[in-house]
Amino acid sequence: MDSTDIANLQGYASFFMTVFLVIMLYGYIIYLYRSEKKGERDYEKYGRIALDDEIDSTPVEDKPASQRYKDEEK
Amino acid sequence: MQSNAALEYDYSLAKKFTFLTILFGILGMIVGTLIAAQLAFPELNYLLGEYGTFSRLRPVHTNTVIFGFTVSGIFATWYYLGQRVLKVSMAESKFLMVLGNIQFWLYFIGALAATVSLLLGFTTAKEYAQYEWPFDIVVVLIWVLWGVNMMGLIGIRREKALYISVWYYLACFLGIAMLYLFNNMEIPTYFTSGGLGNPLHSVSMYAGTNDALVQWWYGHNAVAFGFTVPIVGMIYYFLPKESGQAIYSYKLSLLSFWGLMFVYLWAGSHHLLWSTVPDWMQTMGSAFSVVLILPSWGSAINMLLTMKGEWNQLTDNPLIKFMVLASTFYMLSTIEGPIQAIRSVNAIAHFTDWIPGHVHDGVLGWVVFMIMAGIFHMAPRMFKREIYSKKLMEAQFWLQTTAVVLYFTSMWIAGITQGMMWRAVDEYGNLMYSFIDTVTVLHPYYAIRALSGVMYLTGFLMFAYNIYKTMTSGRELTQEPQFRTPMA
Ligand code: HEM
Repeated sequence: MDSTDIANLQGYASFFMTVFLVIMLYGYIIYLYRSEKKGERDYEKYGRIALDDEIDSTPVEDKPASQRYKDEEK
Repeated sequence: MQSNAALEYDYSLAKKFTFLTILFGILGMIVGTLIAAQLAFPELNYLLGEYGTFSRLRPVHTNTVIFGFTVSGIFATWYYLGQRVLKVSMAESKFLMVLGNIQFWLYFIGALAATVSLLLGFTTAKEYAQYEWPFDIVVVLIWVLWGVNMMGLIGIRREKALYISVWYYLACFLGIAMLYLFNNMEIPTYFTSGGLGNPLHSVSMYAGTNDALVQWWYGHNAVAFGFTVPIVGMIYYFLPKESGQAIYSYKLSLLSFWGLMFVYLWAGSHHLLWSTVPDWMQTMGSAFSVVLILPSWGSAINMLLTMKGEWNQLTDNPLIKFMVLASTFYMLSTIEGPIQAIRSVNAIAHFTDWIPGHVHDGVLGWVVFMIMAGIFHMAPRMFKREIYSKKLMEAQFWLQTTAVVLYFTSMWIAGITQGMMWRAVDEYGNLMYSFIDTVTVLHPYYAIRALSGVMYLTGFLMFAYNIYKTMTSGRELTQEPQFRTPMA
């Protein structure tokens, strides 16, 4: 394989990787909106983390509480 | 972990890094102003013998403002807001405190020593990666210490969800770690040659076009992960907190994050348009640069929309002014960059003053403004005192805003004039101007830039004074302010 082949190969690899990543990114957008629509997640509540940030304020998602939540799912 | 009423956030590290931010900010901008003046008035090159020449001082400027000022600002704000959004105090872990202090001292001494080494002329001659190999090792150590500290704090957090700012700081850590390591692969010549030459000297492991590619993959992404990502992390915390408004759309912030991560890493080859790198790579660099507008504006617009219905705060809280202006300048420079990355535009812009013009509307308008806003917001919480003077802050705002505008407009004109003159040919195809013709024409614009430097530096000194007075004689606060920063 000479250097033009390698350059070509790199070009194609970069192209397909781009396509792949674009699909992933759009997939993520759809996932975000769909899970919110179905009522599975509420992303906007995380915006409160910056506002209620006293050390004794209640976490938006408590660490142990969410652990419990996971266990219930199982 | 049980919550404990007596527990408080520990700001000692945030304070220490705040001092360094101010110190390196002053040093870096004094040198910036001096080199700007040297370009206008060359006699100024001969003030300090070899140590005062433009070629010695330019890397001192860039490295001090990047690795000194900006990186201290990143550390200072992390050690403040990291605790808050994770709802855990640094004081809860002795280990993390000790580690943080080692990081601080290593960084302080390392940064000073590295700057002196540049002044003495030790350099690898790779832009923004000029530090010689022993300093690179120190940089890596500091970075690892910070990373361990960050992961440690995340490990003991109470808030399960990682706020968007934390994502940005994490990306800054990972991005810079990868970039810095790869670009600074070098071989110390003294040890491999059996004792020839200076022990500090090294040679890069890359050569020719490969070297250029790795260098600008690094250079461009140093802007991405040093000047963009952590600063976005800052504004996502400080603007909502200061205004009392939650981020307009948290989902948009997540999308912009992944968009930025995905696109930025591919845009570096726009620094090498018309050079010997493969064509497809140049095209890719241009294309990705244009796409980069989307995630960048995604964050900036999200910030402006956060202020929806609250624009009155813009007139009565100067801190909001700083942050809104910062995100506006972020928008300006992220539209300007992609324009410069278009091949035909780049043919004019490359190697001209338009490039430093672009750099500085980003760094002066966005990076420095945001870091100063962060410090203004943190100061009353860290020192339990009101900001010393609102009037001074207003005056500083207008002085520095004028300075930024003078800087980038003069460089736009200078750059485009230069680009046009260099390529102008007469009817026979001969070049119409020699290099010195352009220098003569540009002189007034260089003088304007030097003036803008003096103004911006003055504004920064006003900022430093305001913080100093806040610390020492601001009115004492009995209670930590919740949102709006109190100022006299
Ligand atoms: C008082 C404020 C400042 C002044 C007067 C100033 C001036 C200058 C000058 C004259 C240059 C060299 C341009 C050339 O070689 O033609 C330069 C380069 C640069 N400065 Fe500044 N500077 C200032 C603040 C800053 C700050 C705060 C940052 C970053 C946080 C910064 C980042 C840079 C960078 C990255 C370059 C290299 C640009 C390139 O290679 O195209 N500067 N500055």
